[in-house]
Amino acid sequence: MSNNAAGRPLSHLETLEAESIEIFREVAASFERPVMMYSIGKDSSVLLHLARKAFFPSRIPFPLLHIDTTWKFREMIAFRDRMAATHGFELLVHTNPEGLAARINPFDQGSARYTDIMKTQALRQALGAGRYDAAIGGARRDEEKSRAKERIFSHRNAQHAWDPKNQRPELWHIYNTRLAPGESMRVFPLSNWTELDIWTYIYSEGIDIPSLYFARPRPVVERSGTLIMVDDDRFRLEPDEAPQVQTVRFRTLGCYPLTGAIRSDAADLPSIIMEMQASRTSEREGRLIDSDQAGSMEKKKQEGYF
Amino acid sequence: MPASAVSPADTAALEQWLAEQKHKSLLRFLTCGSVDDGKSTLIGRLLYDSQLILDDQLASLRRESRNRATGNEGIDFSLLVDGLAAEREQGITIDVAYRFFSTDKRKFIVADTPGHEQYTRNMATGASNADLAIVLVDARKGILTQTRRHSFILSLIGVRHVVLAVNKIDLVGHDEAVFDAIETEYRAFARDLGFETLVAIPLSALNGDNILQPSPATPWYTGPQLVPYLETIEVATDRTSRPFRLPVQWVNRPDLDFRGFSGTVGSGIVKVGDDVLVAGSRLPARVSRIVTMDGDLPQAVAGQAVTVVLDRQVDVSRGDMLVHPGAVPDYSNQFQARLVWMNEEHAIPGRSYLLKLGTQLVPATITALKFRTNVNTLEESAAKTLEMNEVGTVTIATDKPLAFDAYRDNAAGGSFILIDRISNATLGAGVVDFGLRRAQNLSYQSFDVNRQVRAELLGQTPQIVWFTGLSGSGKSTVANLIERRLIAERRLAYILDGDNVRHGLNKDLGFTDGARVENIRRVAEVARLMADAGLIVLVSFISPFRNERRLAREVAGDIRFTEVYVDTPLAVCESRDPKGLYAKARRGEIKNFTGISSPYEAPEHPDVILHGGLHDPVRMAEDLYTRIFDWDAGYSI
Repeated sequence: MSNNAAGRPLSHLETLEAESIEIFREVAASFERPVMMYSIGKDSSVLLHLARKAFFPSRIPFPLLHIDTTWKFREMIAFRDRMAATHGFELLVHTNPEGLAARINPFDQGSARYTDIMKTQALRQALGAGRYDAAIGGARRDEEKSRAKERIFSHRNAQHAWDPKNQRPELWHIYNTRLAPGESMRVFPLSNWTELDIWTYIYSEGIDIPSLYFARPRPVVERSGTLIMVDDDRFRLEPDEAPQVQTVRFRTLGCYPLTGAIRSDAADLPSIIMEMQASRTSEREGRLIDSDQAGSMEKKKQEGYF
Repeated sequence: MPASAVSPADTAALEQWLAEQKHKSLLRFLTCGSVDDGKSTLIGRLLYDSQLILDDQLASLRRESRNRATGNEGIDFSLLVDGLAAEREQGITIDVAYRFFSTDKRKFIVADTPGHEQYTRNMATGASNADLAIVLVDARKGILTQTRRHSFILSLIGVRHVVLAVNKIDLVGHDEAVFDAIETEYRAFARDLGFETLVAIPLSALNGDNILQPSPATPWYTGPQLVPYLETIEVATDRTSRPFRLPVQWVNRPDLDFRGFSGTVGSGIVKVGDDVLVAGSRLPARVSRIVTMDGDLPQAVAGQAVTVVLDRQVDVSRGDMLVHPGAVPDYSNQFQARLVWMNEEHAIPGRSYLLKLGTQLVPATITALKFRTNVNTLEESAAKTLEMNEVGTVTIATDKPLAFDAYRDNAAGGSFILIDRISNATLGAGVVDFGLRRAQNLSYQSFDVNRQVRAELLGQTPQIVWFTGLSGSGKSTVANLIERRLIAERRLAYILDGDNVRHGLNKDLGFTDGARVENIRRVAEVARLMADAGLIVLVSFISPFRNERRLAREVAGDIRFTEVYVDTPLAVCESRDPKGLYAKARRGEIKNFTGISSPYEAPEHPDVILHGGLHDPVRMAEDLYTRIFDWDAGYSI
C-alpha cells in the first residue's frame, strides 16, 4: 500500500491507511493501558492488519480482547486462535461468568436481554477488570446514522457511559487524549472507512478473513424470513423444522443464532464486492439486534456497547 | 456520475474496476449554509445521485416525502441527512456529521455542520480537515451576513478552494442576471480571503440542475457542473513541496538493535540518505532507512505514516520533530495566533492551559488578547475575554519552547488546541500566525548569591504557605498567629494578604474572572521573589479557582510550596461575616462574591486541611505549625 515511489498524490485507501496508523500510534503513545477489541469479523481483520503496520517491526504493544458469548460460530474461534498464533499478539478472552452460570442464551432470554448480558455487560466487566484507559474498536461512521457524528477519540466517563452532551470537538488530526482518573476513551481508527473501502482494502492487501464471508453449502433454517445457520447441536429446532443445506454467506459475523445469512454464490472476494455493489440493502440488516427496538444503537452506545 | 454501483460484467472488467478503486483519490469538503439554503437537500441529492441510497431506505423515503416539497424524483432529499433536529432538541452536541459517497473517479467525505448557535465552532471543526468548501446561497436572498461569516471562518481555517453554489436557481426563473449579481458581489467580498480557486455554479439541488449534467434551463451558463468539478479539481495542495517535517509520535524499539521514529510526514518529502535536524536540539543526522511493513521505502511524502531510522544515536523522543536542515521551523516559546473559542468557560488571559500542537503537549497561557474579530462584520474590537464561538487574535506563551510553523505555510505544523487542565475539555483551537522572537533573547539573570546562601544566613527554609478558603474562613487570623510565632522564634516571615495587596499592587484590578486570574498571578510572582529572598511567605488569598492555585504552585518552581485549605462551611463564614461583606453580597451590593455569586472550587488535594467549623484559630495555627515547621529544625531549600 505504501509503495509511493512516484511521488503522486496518495490514493484514498493510502490516505485512510495512513490516518488509521496515526491514530493507533497516538493511542500507544498517550495511554497507559490500551486494549483493542477483537471481534474476528472483516472490520476487526482490517483493524488487526493496520495495528501490525502501525508498530512494525515492533509487535502490537497492547493486548487484543475478545468478548466470547460462547455462541460465536465455531469457525470464528478457530480463526481467532490461528491469527493470535500467526501474528503473535496477546489475546485476552472474556466471558460473563454470571451469564455463563445462569446459562444465558439467545433462545430463552431473547436477543436484547442476551446481548445485554453476554456482550454489553461482559465488555464492561472486562474493561473494568483490566483498568483499560483506551479501548480501540472497529466501528465506522457509515454504518448507521447515529455513528455519523461519533468522534474518533470518544470520551467515556468513569461508568463507561457515552455522554453525548459532553463530547470534545475534534479538529485537524489533533486528538485530545487527556483523561481524569477512572475515565476512558473509545477509539475508532476506521471511522472514515466505508464498507466498500474495507472490502477493497482486504482485496488489495490480501488480508485473511473467516471463510464464513464466502458462499458455501451450509445447514440453515429459515425463521421470519431470516436464514440462520445451525452451527452446533445446541440450536433448538422447532418440532417440524429441519436444517436445509443451502449455499449461503454472511455479511457480518456475530453470534450464530442471531446472525442472518444471505443466499449467495459469491465464493471469493471479487464476487463478494461485485455482489455488494449490486445489492441494495443495508449492511446491518443481517444483525437481529438492531430490529429489536428503534434507536437501539444509540441506546446501546450510551450503555457501553460498541 | 455514473456511480460506482454499476456492476462489472466479467472477471477482467472486475479486476480492472478494483484496480481503479485502489487508485481513486480522496476529496474532503464541507458544506456551509443554513437549513433554508438547501444544504441538506444538496447532500441528500449527492448521496442519491451516487446511488448510495439502498432499496429499503428509498421505499421509506418515498413514503415520508409525501406532503413535502419534492423534485422530479418525488423525494425530499433533506430527509436523508436530517434527523439531527430531534437530537438538537435533546441538547446533544452535534458539531459535525460525516457523510460518505464516491464516484468512479473519487471518494468523498462530506463534513455536514448543522446548528445555528454553535455555528462558528462547528464550522471550524468541519473545515479543519476539508480541502474544499461549498458555500450555499439561496438565489432569492443573495449574499447574507452569514455567507460572509462562513467565508471568514473558511479563510481563518485555511480552506483554499471554494464553490459558491447559487441554489434554488429555478425559483428565480433561472435568471442569469440574478446569478451574475450574486457572483460579482461575492468575488468582491472574497478578494481578501486568500482562496486559491473560486467557482460559482447556478444549481437546483432539488431538481438536479447543474449537479451532474448541464441544465437545459440555464443555457447561458458555460462553467462546470458540481459533481464533475468536485471529481476533477486538483487540491493535492503543495504540502509535498513544503519543507520536510516529521513530528515524532512514537519511538519504535522492538529490540536493542532497532530504534526507529514513527510518525506521519507533516509536509515535504524525505529520502534515504537525506540529512535532517532534530528541531529543538538542532542535532544533525542522516536518514538510513524508511521502514514500513510492506518493505523499506526509498522515500516518503506528506501524509504517509512511516518509521524513520537515523544513521547515528541522537536523543529523539515523542514531541520532537525531524526537519529539513535548510528550512527549520520556528523554535520559540511565544507566538501570535488566531483562536476560535469553543467552550462555555471563557478564555482568560493569564490562566494556564495545556496546548497540543502536533505531538507536543505543553502548559501555555494567553499572554495578551489583542483583539476580537466580529465574525459577521469582520470588525476588530478590544476584549478582555473570548466567549464560545468568538474569534480572537492573541499572543501565547508556552512553558517550554515549541517547534512550529506559520499555519499558512504548513497547516500540520501551525495548528493547535487548548485543553482545560482540570476538566480536560478541548476549549479552543488556534492557528499560528508567526513566532515572536522576544522570548528567546530574554534569559534569567544568574547571580552568585542565591537562595541557598540567603537561607543559610537566615537559618530557615524559604518557602510559600498558600492559604485558600472562603472570605471569613479564618485564613488571615491563622496566618497572623503563625507569623507572630515565627517572628518570636527569630524567623523572618511575611504575610501577603488579599485585601492589603488589592489596595496597592493590584488596585487596578476588579473582580471579574479575568482580573482574579491576574490578581493571583501577580501575587504568586511576588511570593516567589520574596521566598527567593529567603523569607517564609504566608499568602492569605481566597484564590477560588483551582487553575490559579495550580499556576501559583508552578510559579513557585522548586521553592517549597504548601497549599493550606481552610475548610470552613459557608454558613459559618456567613454567620461570622467580620467585614459585613456577606450581608452586602446577599443584598446584591457586591457582584461576583465568592460563595454567593461566584464559585469557590475546593482543592482536591491540598497539602493541609484546617477545619474552621470545628476548631478555633489557635488550634488551627497549632496544627499547621506542627505540620510545616516543627521538623524544620535545620534548613534546606
